[in-house]
Amino acid sequence: MLRFFIRRFAVAVLVALTVLTLAFLLTRVSGDLAISIAGPNATQQDVEAIREAYGLNRPLSTQYFDWLGRAVQGDFGESYFFRDRVANLIASRMPVTITLGLVGLAIALVVSLPLGIIAAVREGTWIDRVVALIAMIGQAMPSFWLGLVLMIVFGLQLAWLPISGADSWEGFVLPGIVLAFSAIPSLTRLTRSGMIEALASDYIRTARAKGLTRLSILVKHGFRNAAIPVVSIAAVQLGFMLGGSVVIETVFALHGVGFLAWESISKNDFPVVQAVVLVLAIIYIGLTLLADLLNAVLDPRLRTA
Amino acid sequence: MSATVMPTTRGAKLLRNPAFVIGAFIVGACAIIAVIAPWIVPYDPFVIDLDRRLVPPSFMEGGDPRNFLGTDQLGRDYFSRLIYGTRISMVIGVLTVITSGLIGITMGVLGGFYGGKVDDFVVFCITTRLSIPAVLVALAVAALRGSSFLLVVLVLGFLLWDRFAVVARSTTMQIRNLDYVSAAWCAGASKWWVLTREVLPNIATHLAVVATLEMALAILLEAALSFLGLGVPPPLPSWGLMISEAKEYMFFSPWVIMIPGIALFVLVLGVNFLGDALRDMMGTDLSR
Repeated sequence: MLRFFIRRFAVAVLVALTVLTLAFLLTRVSGDLAISIAGPNATQQDVEAIREAYGLNRPLSTQYFDWLGRAVQGDFGESYFFRDRVANLIASRMPVTITLGLVGLAIALVVSLPLGIIAAVREGTWIDRVVALIAMIGQAMPSFWLGLVLMIVFGLQLAWLPISGADSWEGFVLPGIVLAFSAIPSLTRLTRSGMIEALASDYIRTARAKGLTRLSILVKHGFRNAAIPVVSIAAVQLGFMLGGSVVIETVFALHGVGFLAWESISKNDFPVVQAVVLVLAIIYIGLTLLADLLNAVLDPRLRTA
Repeated sequence: MSATVMPTTRGAKLLRNPAFVIGAFIVGACAIIAVIAPWIVPYDPFVIDLDRRLVPPSFMEGGDPRNFLGTDQLGRDYFSRLIYGTRISMVIGVLTVITSGLIGITMGVLGGFYGGKVDDFVVFCITTRLSIPAVLVALAVAALRGSSFLLVVLVLGFLLWDRFAVVARSTTMQIRNLDYVSAAWCAGASKWWVLTREVLPNIATHLAVVATLEMALAILLEAALSFLGLGVPPPLPSWGLMISEAKEYMFFSPWVIMIPGIALFVLVLGVNFLGDALRDMMGTDLSR
């Protein structure tokens, strides 16, 4: 068990370091940073001045190790545009993104768990097929477009909810629904297949033979076992949702980390972009690590991996 | 050998599957529209007519029979732009699948085939790729390099290979020790022969399912990037860009975002239906 933890943790650290390097390369290899920052009307002197000011004229390896050394200590430098520490900026925007992610995940679970269980219990019937169709529709929905349509219907025509901003909890409802759509298909399918497997097992037959009620069999014996993979995928999905929040936060003007990244990209503020890519990647790595460890605790068969 | 019998029974089974029929119809129709677009559009999709801006579709109140789906904020014929948009989505989808497929299948097959250190490296690459927020990186690269059609294809191709690699790796592992592969070894086949003649054809159906999933994802991501202004550059009529440009008028005339949005949704749904039918045919569940 300990061996598994250590091995899994070492891989996570190695992945994080690789992403760190890639985040650095991303901004250096895909173009001349100084020219991008200076803008289209800059003169050669301006570009040189920016190179000097931001240390972009130093050898690439010096820049890399300097950046790496600071980044592992949580120091991502200063934003070119906001004139603030990047770490402060991200920390101040993180609560909105995490709230949005958790609201999205909660909505996704509330919808997909019952759907998956119903589909499994009624496997092969029209109910099962309708659930499969719902999952497929969710998968084909362009999230930014769904966001706009919900804004028109619930924000303007029914006037139930605000169409942008996060001044109150109501501001999170529409973006949360849109974000949930991206996770509902896979969570529903996983719940369904897990439940089908669980319901076909011997312990369910035993429970039936003991004369337990249908509900008790479904919830206590079936779902508990089907939930193990769902819990770990839910953690991974949360990571994906945080990463995908850039589109939804931009549509709804929610000032979270995704919106910050979007602002920084359009203003060529690359220290911030680099840092956001990194922070989101590390959160994802952490969540998948957590999911793996959780699985290993719940299911001893996986520990040998 | 049953090889000659299998395709016909499989084909007949597919034709009885409503998901396959609907999916094939949608994707086939879009492919044909994409090819013949210049000959079927009523107007040039790039010609601006500022006197006739935001004319509603002909079936709505205030519509003009000359413009079936109305005109956009610059007076360009919406139907013609929608038709040309099919081209962009289809080409992006297909080219992305080819690029990401080449990368992912090569990595996955090599990892699954050789195992050991090679496989460890492949798994590490997949894990690293999955931890990188794809949309954000695509946006950042597009902003740095200046967005273009080719750049969108390359960025999506280099970001969406993970599922190809995962599936190619696991299916290769399953078959590398099967009898027919061993038989090929015994017959003195080279590694290249075994990989291309024994392994690849036998994992092809699984990879076809992944190809549909990735095509759907690529089409959606291109639309999202174009919507954020960092995908296909204007005045190209990408559906995502059409939604983005029309967004300020959506509260007064919702049809401006409904039309390209529905087109996008229907095409992606069609691609997903095809994938689902293929998956049904194999009787296995590859979805994550």
